[in-house]
Amino acid sequence: MYAFDWSSIPASLPFLWQGMLVTLQITLVAIVVGILLGTIIAVVRLSKNPILSALAAAYVTLFRSIPLVMVLLWFQLALVPPVVRWLFPKSNLDLNLVIAFTAFAFFEASYYAEIIRTGIQSISKGQVMAAQALGMTDGAVMRLVILPQAFRRMIPLLLTQAIILFQDSSLVYVIGLADFFGVAKNRADSTGNEVEFILFAGAVYLILCLTMSMLVRQLQKRIVI
Amino acid sequence: MTFVVAVLDFSVFLSPSPESGANYLTYLLGGALWTVILSVLSWVIAFIIGSMVGVLRTLPSSILSKVGACYVEIFRNIPLLVQLFVWFNVVPDLVPGFGPWFKHLPSFWQQFTSATLCLGLFTAARIAEQVRSGLRSLGKGQFGAGLALGLNIKQVYSLVLLPVTYRIIIPTLTSEFLNLIKNSAVASTIGFVELARRSDSMAELKSTVFEALLAGTLLYGAINLVVLFLSRALEHSTKLPGLVGAKK
Amino acid sequence: MISIRDISKWYGAFHVLKDCSTEIQKGEVVVVCGPSGSGKSTLIKCVNGLEPFQKGEVIIEGTSVGAKKTNLPKLRARVGMVFQHFELFPHLSVFQNLTIAQCRVLRRSAGEAEEKAGRLLDLVGLRAHARKFPAQLSGGQQQRVAIARALAMDPIAMLFDEPTSALDPEMIKEVLDVMVKLAQEGMTMMVVTHEMGFAKKVADRVIFMDQGQIVEDRLKADFFSRPNTDRAQQFLSKILSH
Repeated sequence: MYAFDWSSIPASLPFLWQGMLVTLQITLVAIVVGILLGTIIAVVRLSKNPILSALAAAYVTLFRSIPLVMVLLWFQLALVPPVVRWLFPKSNLDLNLVIAFTAFAFFEASYYAEIIRTGIQSISKGQVMAAQALGMTDGAVMRLVILPQAFRRMIPLLLTQAIILFQDSSLVYVIGLADFFGVAKNRADSTGNEVEFILFAGAVYLILCLTMSMLVRQLQKRIVI
Repeated sequence: MTFVVAVLDFSVFLSPSPESGANYLTYLLGGALWTVILSVLSWVIAFIIGSMVGVLRTLPSSILSKVGACYVEIFRNIPLLVQLFVWFNVVPDLVPGFGPWFKHLPSFWQQFTSATLCLGLFTAARIAEQVRSGLRSLGKGQFGAGLALGLNIKQVYSLVLLPVTYRIIIPTLTSEFLNLIKNSAVASTIGFVELARRSDSMAELKSTVFEALLAGTLLYGAINLVVLFLSRALEHSTKLPGLVGAKK
Repeated sequence: MISIRDISKWYGAFHVLKDCSTEIQKGEVVVVCGPSGSGKSTLIKCVNGLEPFQKGEVIIEGTSVGAKKTNLPKLRARVGMVFQHFELFPHLSVFQNLTIAQCRVLRRSAGEAEEKAGRLLDLVGLRAHARKFPAQLSGGQQQRVAIARALAMDPIAMLFDEPTSALDPEMIKEVLDVMVKLAQEGMTMMVVTHEMGFAKKVADRVIFMDQGQIVEDRLKADFFSRPNTDRAQQFLSKILSH
């Protein structure tokens, strides 16, 4: 029987908390930018211009058909360093953090774009006609009538995607950034208590994500549109 | 500072790779092969276990149904990466029979086993949900009709419900398989030499970043297309005329 | 005021409207009736360009609906439309439904828009429900709000697409009463409906459509006493006998 030794965990809590802050930062940035960018992509995808529509579709298809690990590699090895060096030649930004922010934002945008597009298309044509009959331009129809309703409908899915994103953020391990799991793994390696730290990390994620999922389900029951 | 995009050097694919006798093209293709092998094996595990759990979730007995629900919740609320390390670092130390056997494997097979079990059980939770919702969409009518003919529960499921359910959920299962292939890249973190890891190695060893990443990306895309093609063929060959999901 | 000239429309190969023509003068109330599938809803949606048409033209006070250089949103703001399924915006309160287009399209100030909204709600008898949301109202109430929403734009004419067809019978009267009041105040109206009682009361003319064509276009009294065609005759006898 394995002899559990949880003693190193309390001492590591401050470091683990720092890691959790990194996780939360990445998650938040990716959600906000992802939804904004995703909305733009969804609207462009539905536009009447075939070129723009195809470009938006290509973006979504591209990011949804390759692994997140590959996306991170692309941003880490090829895309971010040259741009950062070009825009901020003398800074000492934490490159890994920038890579994480941009990679996740662009990646999540493609998933959010699909969710929002489904939401937009679920709004009945009658609503569009009613808005047009009042003299609204296409832009006003989208902004004032379609998007507000689409977002309300898609809130549960948007939130569920956020929870998935929270879990996926652990993959910054691949680029060497120390998020919550990254810190846990580091402590695991340096103290030799791999079993305890990994189980602890798993338990924390489980409790957080379960709680968030239950909250979303509660929310779903209350929203009836 | 000028930002020059160098002409891509495709000749690097012909230069020798870390694997003796091979060049980088075959190096990457080998990685793609391991990705496919890993994915297919994991899928078999996921499909079997996922189906069982999915069926369990729809059974009248609420204890079994709750056990199934727990399984699904646990595997869906822990990040895949963490689950992988649990299989790789934790399980061998904790599980009595499995542990020593595992530790005697060469490291390649340790990685392979952990990755397969991890991906298999992770995906099983998702398949369970799809099987469950597929079964529920058939409604109580089919179930009742089967029982009325004198079939026992096991027969109703295997002869009546599951054959139709599987056909209905072919599209969602396909997208789940595609997810599995993408998730297989996580195995690179424990050193398994699938496509993503080899892409990364090649980019770093030969400093031909664009070529390596591009090739890797294209190979994933190619695998995607093949899977989609096979899936459509499967859907076509198993379709039931007139049923939702079958194309007329 | 509204000229509909030789409108033809195809959905793919299906010829939905066949050379429809008519004129609506200022202050006229024209009722359009006919069996389902006759194209009457499609025709009225062509009048404000919600449905495109391949041949013919619609001229509203000198502006052509189909012309490329016409500013359609601007034109639509001048013609009000009421839909069969009300189509109130569910994410906005009753009050906001009335003010949103006034502010965003007509660029009225908030105060002006609110004052107008209040007066119109009084007109349709729903001031007490101003802060409620559409889902909290009955069908008849929603449709009255929809009429008020269209009137808030001070339209030169009002189009009604089967305004009472989706209502439970006991609510039809409350909506028709509002429409009768509007007609009596001199609003130019084009109404697609099965409610022949309404037609008899306030219509000036009745248009009968069948299979995409305007089959009859007569003064109300003439239409009801002696329809020209057999089809119209049959239709009337079926409608009026319940």
